[in-house]
Amino acid sequence: MSVIIIGAGPAGCEAAYQLAQAGEKVELIEQEAQPGGNLNNWYQLFPDRKSAQELNRQLILRLEHPNIRLHLGCMPTKIDRREGRFEVQLNDGALLTGQALLIAGGFQLFNAHRKEEYGYGIYENVITSVELENFFTNQRIQTSTGQLPKRVGFIHCVGSRDEKTCNFHCSKLCCVTAVKQAIELREILPEAEILCFYMDMRMFGPGYEEMYREAQEKYRIKFVRGRLSEASENKAKQVLIKAEDTLIGKPLKMTLDLMVLMVGMELSAGSRQLAEMTGIEKATNGFLRVKDPHFATNETNQKGIFLAGSCSSPMNLTDTLTDARSAALTIREYLKHIDL
Amino acid sequence: MMNFWGFSIAEARVIDYDKNDKSLAEMLAEEMPTTRLCIGCGGCSATCTAGNLTEFNIRKLQMLLKRGETKDLRDQLHKCMLCGKCLLVCPRGVDTRKMILFLFRQLSEQDHNS
Repeated sequence: MSVIIIGAGPAGCEAAYQLAQAGEKVELIEQEAQPGGNLNNWYQLFPDRKSAQELNRQLILRLEHPNIRLHLGCMPTKIDRREGRFEVQLNDGALLTGQALLIAGGFQLFNAHRKEEYGYGIYENVITSVELENFFTNQRIQTSTGQLPKRVGFIHCVGSRDEKTCNFHCSKLCCVTAVKQAIELREILPEAEILCFYMDMRMFGPGYEEMYREAQEKYRIKFVRGRLSEASENKAKQVLIKAEDTLIGKPLKMTLDLMVLMVGMELSAGSRQLAEMTGIEKATNGFLRVKDPHFATNETNQKGIFLAGSCSSPMNLTDTLTDARSAALTIREYLKHIDL
Repeated sequence: MMNFWGFSIAEARVIDYDKNDKSLAEMLAEEMPTTRLCIGCGGCSATCTAGNLTEFNIRKLQMLLKRGETKDLRDQLHKCMLCGKCLLVCPRGVDTRKMILFLFRQLSEQDHNS
């Protein structure tokens, strides 16, 4: 039997491989020219500082499985259900059929322009966490005026836990990403002052709290509990920020040479489109709703349509890959019991 | 207070949650449910004009109120200029300005009745 998977990020790749290994035929659709999804933009992973591209290579290598057909640069234009089969029309003219449909459309990062008071796109030395990852890949950190930053601030919860941006949810990963990036930055800038501005430190995964502790102890990262209210720029193109140091109870102002916005996660535009095409419900956090949060985490309100990875909620790579394996199992179970 | 040989017994600093009167906070929460939503991020107090010039701290004030520590309220409340910047910043949508007005009204009613 065959399964159509939409999205060849980590979740799509892992589910494709697991299903292929189990003997199912897999049609894997990816809108970009290469698989890997958001992982392509990452330098190192937390908590073990594994090379993101090494993991990416491993995932992509496994797509050479004879049971997997990869459709790159393709998007579904029409999804029909006919006599228990899904028919997916692609923009390149191909028509794919399968007994089950797996949506692995993933997330997209919050567009930092929307948080205008933080000055992204207005002030030169305000960057996002993704841009910092690119800096790390190139091992080049400098301000817009070509200097080594002496003080860098990481701003947590940008586009997360913020009803002003209509994102009520916690993106979960930004806290630990900030800690990881602060450590990486320290290795490049041994003398700089590095601060994280947080509302709550949510170190949910194994090894994360240890990393937080190490950031304080070994890497001399400072943590300020307060949410930024606004930022401005001075003549030297430095960023002036305002927050309350809530643990002291006084407003605080500070000059930064570089400000990094920890942008949160939202449902990707592709996933949103797929939800509209297939009638999958969305949860209140804007991600796709799973049928049951305990027992049916890969199923949806549509029979035969499954979810894997961060299209159902913000997930780290560990959880994404686990979720993909779980989706593969769920789909195999489903295929065993459908009437053809 | 007793004062023998230069020693005195200081009043405890502890928030006595059992004894403190939290009725004003309960009334506030009833009247304005958004005030339940504060997560103490301090965005309001960071942008607050009054807070940048005086001891006024709107985040702390409402938290003290919730614990029944209402002593400061009377001295602090009038420092708010009702500019509403806190309202624009709050990530939880707490109606901070209305909260101040409500507390003003309650306190003046209390004064009126006593």
